[in-house]
Amino acid sequence: MDFEDSKEEAAFRAEARAWLEANVPAKDEWAHLGEVEAAKLWQKRKYDAGWACIRWPKEYGGRGGDAIQQVIWGQEESKFTTPPSVFAIGQGMAAPTLMAYATEEQKARFLPKLASGEEIWCQLFSEPAGGSDLAALRTKSEKDGDDWVINGQKIWTSGAHYSDFGILVTRSDPTVAKHKGLTYFFLDMKSPGVEIKPIKQISGGANFNEVYFTDVRIPDGQRLGAVGQGWQVALTTLMNERASIGAGGMPVNVKNTMALAQRVQLNGRPAIEDGNVRAKLAQWHVQEAGLKYTSYRTMTAMSRGQTPGPENSIGKLVGAPKAQDMAAFCMDLMEESGAIWDPALSEEAGIFQLCYMSSPGLRIAGGTDEIMANIIAERVLGLPQDMRADKGIPFNEVPTGSS
Amino acid sequence: MNFEFSEDAELLREQARGFLQQNCPPSAVRAVLDGEQSYDAALTAKIAEMGWNAAVIPEEHGGLGLSYYELCVIAEELGRAAAPVPFSSSVYVATEALLAAGSDAQKAEWLPKLAAGEAIGTFAFAEAAGQRSDLGTRLANGKLSGVKLPVPDVDAADFAVVLTGGDGGSLALVDLKGSGVQAEPVRMVDFTRGHSRVTFDGADAEALGASGQGNATVDRLLDRAAVLFAWEQVGGADAALEQAREYAMGRYAFGRPIASYQAIKHKLANMYVKNTLARSNCYYGAWALDTNAPDLPLAAATARVAGIEAYHFASKENIQTHGGMGFTWEFDCQFHYRRSRLLAANIGSLNLWQDKLVSALEQSSAA
Ligand SMILES: Cc1cc2nc3c(=O)[nH]c(=O)nc-3n(C[C@H](O)[C@H](O)[C@H](O)COP(=O)(O)OP(=O)(O)OC[C@H]3O[C@@H](n4cnc5c(N)ncnc54)[C@H](O)[C@@H]3O)c2cc1C
Ligand SMILES: Cc1cc2nc3c(=O)[nH]c(=O)nc-3n(C[C@H](O)[C@H](O)[C@H](O)COP(=O)(O)OP(=O)(O)OC[C@H]3O[C@@H](n4cnc5c(N)ncnc54)[C@H](O)[C@@H]3O)c2cc1C
Repeated sequence: MDFEDSKEEAAFRAEARAWLEANVPAKDEWAHLGEVEAAKLWQKRKYDAGWACIRWPKEYGGRGGDAIQQVIWGQEESKFTTPPSVFAIGQGMAAPTLMAYATEEQKARFLPKLASGEEIWCQLFSEPAGGSDLAALRTKSEKDGDDWVINGQKIWTSGAHYSDFGILVTRSDPTVAKHKGLTYFFLDMKSPGVEIKPIKQISGGANFNEVYFTDVRIPDGQRLGAVGQGWQVALTTLMNERASIGAGGMPVNVKNTMALAQRVQLNGRPAIEDGNVRAKLAQWHVQEAGLKYTSYRTMTAMSRGQTPGPENSIGKLVGAPKAQDMAAFCMDLMEESGAIWDPALSEEAGIFQLCYMSSPGLRIAGGTDEIMANIIAERVLGLPQDMRADKGIPFNEVPTGSS
Repeated sequence: MNFEFSEDAELLREQARGFLQQNCPPSAVRAVLDGEQSYDAALTAKIAEMGWNAAVIPEEHGGLGLSYYELCVIAEELGRAAAPVPFSSSVYVATEALLAAGSDAQKAEWLPKLAAGEAIGTFAFAEAAGQRSDLGTRLANGKLSGVKLPVPDVDAADFAVVLTGGDGGSLALVDLKGSGVQAEPVRMVDFTRGHSRVTFDGADAEALGASGQGNATVDRLLDRAAVLFAWEQVGGADAALEQAREYAMGRYAFGRPIASYQAIKHKLANMYVKNTLARSNCYYGAWALDTNAPDLPLAAATARVAGIEAYHFASKENIQTHGGMGFTWEFDCQFHYRRSRLLAANIGSLNLWQDKLVSALEQSSAA
C-alpha cells in the first residue's frame, strides 16, 4: 500500500493538470449559458481531447484508462471550477447497464455520444407506488408485434426534461411474483406518448419530473436483458448508482465548515477554539476521511475488475445525513444571520442554506437512509429480511393500502 | 403537586386551535410562501381581535392581564400552525422590553396600542454573522445610526427595540415609520416570516432604559422569550410528528404500511421522546416565566435547547418519513423544516443556549 504516485501516475497527473490548466473554460465563457449547454460545452471539450470517461474503452469514447487514473483525474478536475455535470445518470448508471446488456451495435451507437455529452440519459425507475419498493412498479409493457406498448407513470425522474434517452423498468407480467414480472428497456424520450411534467422541490428548483406514458411504442430491440429479467438488469444499474453517488463530494464539508468557524465568534473567541466545535469537526473529519479511504479501497477492488458490492451503500448513508447536520451546524455558527438565505448577504453566497434545503433529497434519492441500512444489514451482514407480505404471491395480489 | 395548565388555559388552547384551524390552514401558510406578502395581514388582524397580543399586558395599559401560561398556550398553537404572522417579535420581545425597561411615558404611548393591535413592535439585535460583539449601532442626541441584520417583521412593525453598542450596550426605541429608516427585505430560509436589513441614518429614537444596561436587559428579555419560542417549537415539533405518523400509516411498501417497519417506528418514537422532554421542560419554563422564578435562566435555557433539538429532529425526519413526497414543494413538510431553522436562529443558536444552560447550572450549584 502506498499513496505516492508511481512514476506513471505522476506523469499522468502532470499531463492531466497541464491539460486542465490550458482548457478549463473561464467562468465567463459559460456563466451566461444554461445548465445543460454549459455542461455540454465542458464535456465535449474533454471528449475531443480524450479526457472523457477515463475508464471506458477507447472504442466507446473513453480513454481506456484504469481506476487509479480515474481517481487522479477526479482529484485534478475538482481543483478547478467547471460547469456542473448533468451526465452522472447517463455515464454512471445507464452506460454500465448498456455495456452489460446491449448489443455491440447499440453500444457503438450510444456510448460515444454519452461520453461526449451530446446525448443525456435519465433513469425511469421510481413510481408513485414503487420507490423503496422499486419492484412494486406498475408501468405496463405489452408485446405488440415487434414492439412493446408502454402505459403508466414514473415519478422523480431527474433531468427527464432535458434528456434524450431513458432507461425504463416496466411490468410485463402482473400475474407472477413481483420480481419475476419485470422487463427493462431504453427509449427515446421524444417518442410519441411521453409527457413530462416538472416537480418543484423544497430547495426551489425543479430538477425532477413526473413522466407519463400513453401507448408509447418501443421496439423489442431496445429491451435490455430477457423478458422477465428486468429486476436483475435494474440491480446492475442500482449497484452502479451506489458507486457514483458515494464518491460525490458534498457542498458543505470540513474545509468550508472550518473556514467558517475561523471567521465567526463563539463565546467571545473565534468559534474554532470552542471545544464543542472542535469535537464536531473531528467527528466529521473521521467520516469524510473514512469515506474517502473506503472509496480508495473500492477503486482498488474495481481496478482488479470487481464490481462495487452492496457495501458501497455506506457512502450515501454517511454522507447525506452528514451534509444535513453540517449545514444546520454552520447556520448555528452564524447565529441570527444563519437563517438568511440570500446570495448577496449570506456567507459563501448561501451554500450552507442551499445545502440545508437540498440535503433532505440526498437522504432519499437513490435509496433512502433506511434502505441503505437494510442493504448493509441484509446483503452485507446476512441478517434475515423483515417478515414480508409480498413474497411468493402474484404481484396483483400484494396488499397496497389505499393507493 | 399540580404540574398542569389551568382549566382556563386548556379552554383557551381549544379555542386557539379551532381558531387557527379555521383561519390558518396550510393553504394560508402556503399563500405567504408562494406570494409577494411577507406575512398574513388578515390573520394578523384577526389574532389581534382575539386579544392574543394583549394577553399579558396589564389591564392598566389596556391589556388582559392574563398569566404567562395563557401566552404559552397561544405560542404552542401558533407554532403548531406555523402561522405566518409577526407575533413572536412583537409579543415575546418588543412588548416585554417595554414592560421591563420602558418609562411611564413609553409604556403609556405604546402598550395600549400593542394591546389593541394598533401597533406592532419588533427587535433589532443582530448585525452580522456570528455572536454579537462590538455592535456598530449608536444612539446619540436622540439620533440612531447603524445597520441591523436580520430584523424580523419590519414590514408589519411600527417600532423597533434596538440594541446599540458601547460599554454595556444600550437599548433604543425607534419609530420605524419615521425618517432616517430604510429597510430592504432579506430572503430567509423560511419565506413565511419576513425579515429585513434595516439602515438607521440619524433616525429619531429615544433611550429605552438606562444607558449601559442594554446587554443585561437583553439577556433577561431573551430568557423570557426563550420559553415562549420553545413553546412554538414544541407545537411545531408535535405537528411534524403527527404529519409523519399519518403518512406512515397510509403509505405501503413491500406489501405493508411503512409504519410497521421498525426503522420508521423508532424514528417516530424518537420524535415523541424528544418532543415529550421538550414539552415537560417547557412546562417548567412556563412556571418559571410566570412566577419570575430565580431559576428562570436555567429553566429557559433548558426549554430552549430541548425545543431547538426536538423541532429540528421532528421536522427533518418528517420529510424523511415521507420519502420523495416530503422533498416536494407541493407537500407541507417543508413548512416545519424551514420554520425550525428560523426559530433556532431567531434569538440565538443552540451553541449560545447550551452555554447559557451550563453557566446557569454552575451558578445554581455554587449557590
Ligand atoms: C432528489 C431526488 C432525485 C431522484 N431521482 C430519481 C431518478 O432520477 N430516477 C428514479 O427512478 N428515481 C429517482 N428518485 C426516487 C428515489 O429513488 C425514491 O424517492 C426513493 O427510492 C424513495 O422512494 P419513495 O419516495 O417512494 O419513498 P417510500 O419508499 O415511500 O419511503 C417512505 C419512507 O419509508 C421508509 N421505508 C420504506 N421501506 C422501508 C423498509 N423496508 N424498512 C424501513 N423503512 C422503509 C423509507 O426509508 C422512507 O423513510 C429521486 C428522489 C429524489 C428525492
Ligand atoms: C433506489 C434503490 C437503490 C438500490 N441500490 C441497491 C444497491 O446498490 N445494491 C443492492 O444490493 N441493492 C440495491 N437496491 C435494492 C435493495 O437491496 C433491495 O433489494 C430493495 O430495496 C428491496 O428489495 P426487494 O424486497 O424488492 O427484493 P428482495 O426481495 O430483497 O430480492 C428480490 C430478488 O433479488 C435478489 N437480489 C436483491 N438484491 C440483490 C443483490 N444485491 N445481488 C443479487 N441478488 C439480489 C434477491 O436474491 C431476490 O431473488 C436498491 C433499491 C432501491 C430502491
